[in-house]
Amino acid sequence: MSDLASLSISEIRVGLSSNDFSCVELTQACLNKAEKLATLNCFIELTAERALKAAAGVDELIKAGKQGPLLGVPVGIKDIICTEGTRTTAGSKILANFIPPYDATVIRRLKTAGTISIGKLNMDEFAMGSSNENSAYGPVKNPWNPEYVPGGSSGGSAAAVAARICPITLGTDTGGSIRQPAAFCGIVGLKPTYGRVSRYGVIAYASSLDQVGGFAHNVRDCALVTKAICGADPNDATSAQRPVPDFESALGKSIKGLRIGIPKEYFVSGLSPEIDSALKKAISVLEGLGAIPVEVSLPHTDVAVSVYYILAPAEASSNLARYDGIRYGHRAQGTLDLKGLYSKTRSEGFGLEVQRRILVGTYVLSSGYFDAYYVKAQKVRSLIVKDFSDAFEKHCDLIVAPIAPTPPFKLGEKISDPMQMYLNDIFTIPVNLAGLPGMSLPCGMTSNGLPIGLQLIGKPWDEEGLFQVASAYEAATEWHKTIPALAV
Amino acid sequence: MEFETVIGLEVHVQLSTNSKIFCSACATYGGEPNEYIDPVTLGLPGALPVTNRRAVEFAIMLGLATNSEIRRFNRFARKHYFYPDLPKGYQISQFDEPICERGSLEFYLGDIRRTVGLTRIHMEEDAGKNIHDSRTSSSLVDLNRAGVPLLEIVSEPELHSPAEAAAYLKSVRQLVRYLKISDGNMEEGSLRCDANISLRPVGQLKFGTRTEIKNLNSFKFVERALEYEIARQFAILKSGQAVIQETLLFDSTTGTTRSMRSKEESSDYRYFPDPDLPPVVVEESWVREIELKLPKLPAQWINELVTEFGLSLYDATVLTTEQAAAEYYHRVVTACNNAKAACNWVTSELFGSLHRDGIGIEQSPVSAESLAQLIKMIDTEEISGKMAKSVFEEMFSSGKDPVALVNEQGLKQLSNDDEILAVIRHEFDAHPSQLTGYLGGNDRLHGFFVGQVMKTTGGAANPKKVNDLIRQEAALRRPA
Repeated sequence: MSDLASLSISEIRVGLSSNDFSCVELTQACLNKAEKLATLNCFIELTAERALKAAAGVDELIKAGKQGPLLGVPVGIKDIICTEGTRTTAGSKILANFIPPYDATVIRRLKTAGTISIGKLNMDEFAMGSSNENSAYGPVKNPWNPEYVPGGSSGGSAAAVAARICPITLGTDTGGSIRQPAAFCGIVGLKPTYGRVSRYGVIAYASSLDQVGGFAHNVRDCALVTKAICGADPNDATSAQRPVPDFESALGKSIKGLRIGIPKEYFVSGLSPEIDSALKKAISVLEGLGAIPVEVSLPHTDVAVSVYYILAPAEASSNLARYDGIRYGHRAQGTLDLKGLYSKTRSEGFGLEVQRRILVGTYVLSSGYFDAYYVKAQKVRSLIVKDFSDAFEKHCDLIVAPIAPTPPFKLGEKISDPMQMYLNDIFTIPVNLAGLPGMSLPCGMTSNGLPIGLQLIGKPWDEEGLFQVASAYEAATEWHKTIPALAV
Repeated sequence: MEFETVIGLEVHVQLSTNSKIFCSACATYGGEPNEYIDPVTLGLPGALPVTNRRAVEFAIMLGLATNSEIRRFNRFARKHYFYPDLPKGYQISQFDEPICERGSLEFYLGDIRRTVGLTRIHMEEDAGKNIHDSRTSSSLVDLNRAGVPLLEIVSEPELHSPAEAAAYLKSVRQLVRYLKISDGNMEEGSLRCDANISLRPVGQLKFGTRTEIKNLNSFKFVERALEYEIARQFAILKSGQAVIQETLLFDSTTGTTRSMRSKEESSDYRYFPDPDLPPVVVEESWVREIELKLPKLPAQWINELVTEFGLSLYDATVLTTEQAAAEYYHRVVTACNNAKAACNWVTSELFGSLHRDGIGIEQSPVSAESLAQLIKMIDTEEISGKMAKSVFEEMFSSGKDPVALVNEQGLKQLSNDDEILAVIRHEFDAHPSQLTGYLGGNDRLHGFFVGQVMKTTGGAANPKKVNDLIRQEAALRRPA
């Protein structure tokens, strides 16, 4: 039998319904693959027992004739999403012993759809990072070359799918944390429009930017997992009251006549020549399919990183105030007064990058600095929103851009230089600031065998447009079929 | 030098919604420690707040009742500080955009009507409670109260004496109880008060340095703390020293205030708009809808009782302390048509008995209709006022209506002239020597015959009639 762990959702659906294999066998195959590739460090925790029990339950349902697009499909969950009864650490030492008493809304939706969670995926602590080196549980390695980073913060989610440990995973994206690791690992990843997916039960980093999304081998699987998690939630006041379209029906539609915006500010001297050339080839593929490339301008691109590193830390410093050692999580030992308990608990529990962002955020919210930083950044944020809405109103239906200025870099290469690390997110951050849907899909390989990603940016709520273009591109290319050697 | 006292109050009112302001956990007072909690109350990772519309509605009600301007676009802000009873490390509150602004509240200090400006009313969530266990020298946290909706009502610095401050606070409680948005119970902490106080030389416009007194959890403590603080600040100013701006705690056992923190130590709360909560938009139609549901308020009641029923301002304020009493009185007066008598019966007999038995007017064993009936029986002279008091006592203890009681006990007043005259004639004939003396001009014997008639009739005779008829009969018998 072929490697069940590397099957796509549609292959799983056929296999399960025609009794080629059981859900228990499928789940076991994924668990085995995870064990086999343990050195990648994709998982913080594998939940084998629970997974196999749930799989046995699904086998019963299948026998009883139950069907569903995701029934019996193994998934991995970024460890920032609360899972009832299963430890959820957010990649941090401060939550090393935290077992949530409740499921996030996206987890309830995946359970309802009949998916099987095989474990919790490694990540940068509290989703703060672009290389997965900020995890308290060790870095994740890129399945294409273990000397390289898988991207971050959802590094485990991307690496597990790329290594064919499971067909789909969930991640979160605050400044590029789904799209950049998807690009670095050569798979498909979508950050939906802000408000499309409930954040209830998703440990907050920056509340006005965070959004959950899915990783998959291909565009169709990504559409299926996205469909399953989207929709309004009474427990999240920022989730939108909008019907969720059937994303699958957007697949295979012609893109003839669609205007593809090429933002000139994204194709500048800092962009790696290999990425530049891969992107240009991708654009000509789209052109060949009938799309019309148009140059657009997003003039405030250069200040997006600055705006992000004011607003995200501001919100983070507030969101992370709850980790005080009083009710749950790590608590410093020893006889301490209250202030001492707080500072020792937090100094021990948080990693350096998290502490850095808490300090920055506390600073920009302080009286005397608030107007100069936070208020100003919000004003600039609205200019960035306007950049995109102008482009969509006047010039294009969707935007094509690189994901990152550089291909995957080596472990340790940028970790000592936070500024260089932050600038790696220059092309993904504006999308979060504007609340837009953004997708990454594989569009090439570097000369040393590492993947390159293509970013599609849509109008608000137009995930369908992204799936339409992505599926057309995928059908015309072979990149999604390229698999890392260790995954085979 | 003479000084003027300037006081402003910050009153926290706990709203009596079923659930908390940002989640569905129970908002009721009491419960076992940490019984009313959920992921949001606990500030668990990933938990998100969702605004309770009912709490906003209550805020709008109070805003309308105080003629405040109601903000149409309401943002919540996060106020940051670390404390074990604050689960998220921040309190969700409103900062520079409160839901109500520039309102006013009218109240009475005795017979004097006062109006105090309300700077703002804003919505926020309550914190939990820290309980220090001295036995184990550890602190315990109870989060039942965390997330209960609060309105903070900030007055202008327009109060000028402790008595006035207490009267204002009572009128706040009265108003929230009329609106049924809070039980206003100070012992249970659903009404809490902080006071800002300063002194300035009479005639000076600039305010003096103020202090803020926290933890005033009874009307009496508000007055006592302010009196103490006035004396303290007066002594400082008198000796030529300066008052330090600081936050004080009132110690009710010693009746003194002590310093909690100075201005220099005051924290930077780092307010910013809560990104988890979309702004609450208050549509005009929503405000109109709420306005239609508002009950008649104390000021309207007082005005009506004074102008329509001719009551004194004092009586009107006593009757309107509670909405149920005002409504009770209104039912009595509508049924008996005697405003003054109804007022006397309600404020003295009824309030006295209710107070004695410790029950509220809602549980009164004497219904407004029964009391009206009793008053009518007095007015038609079916019973005497004196008899009525004992009938009322019977009504209060048995819950029976006055007609039944009077019939049962034969208490009906003897008012028939012929019947009374027959008794008088009988008494005159039975006491010839006294009669001679009376007819001869000894008027003290008039009282003797009144007493005899009352005795013979068992007290049922109408005393006024007895009085008149004795004189009438005596006149007939006197030689011309």
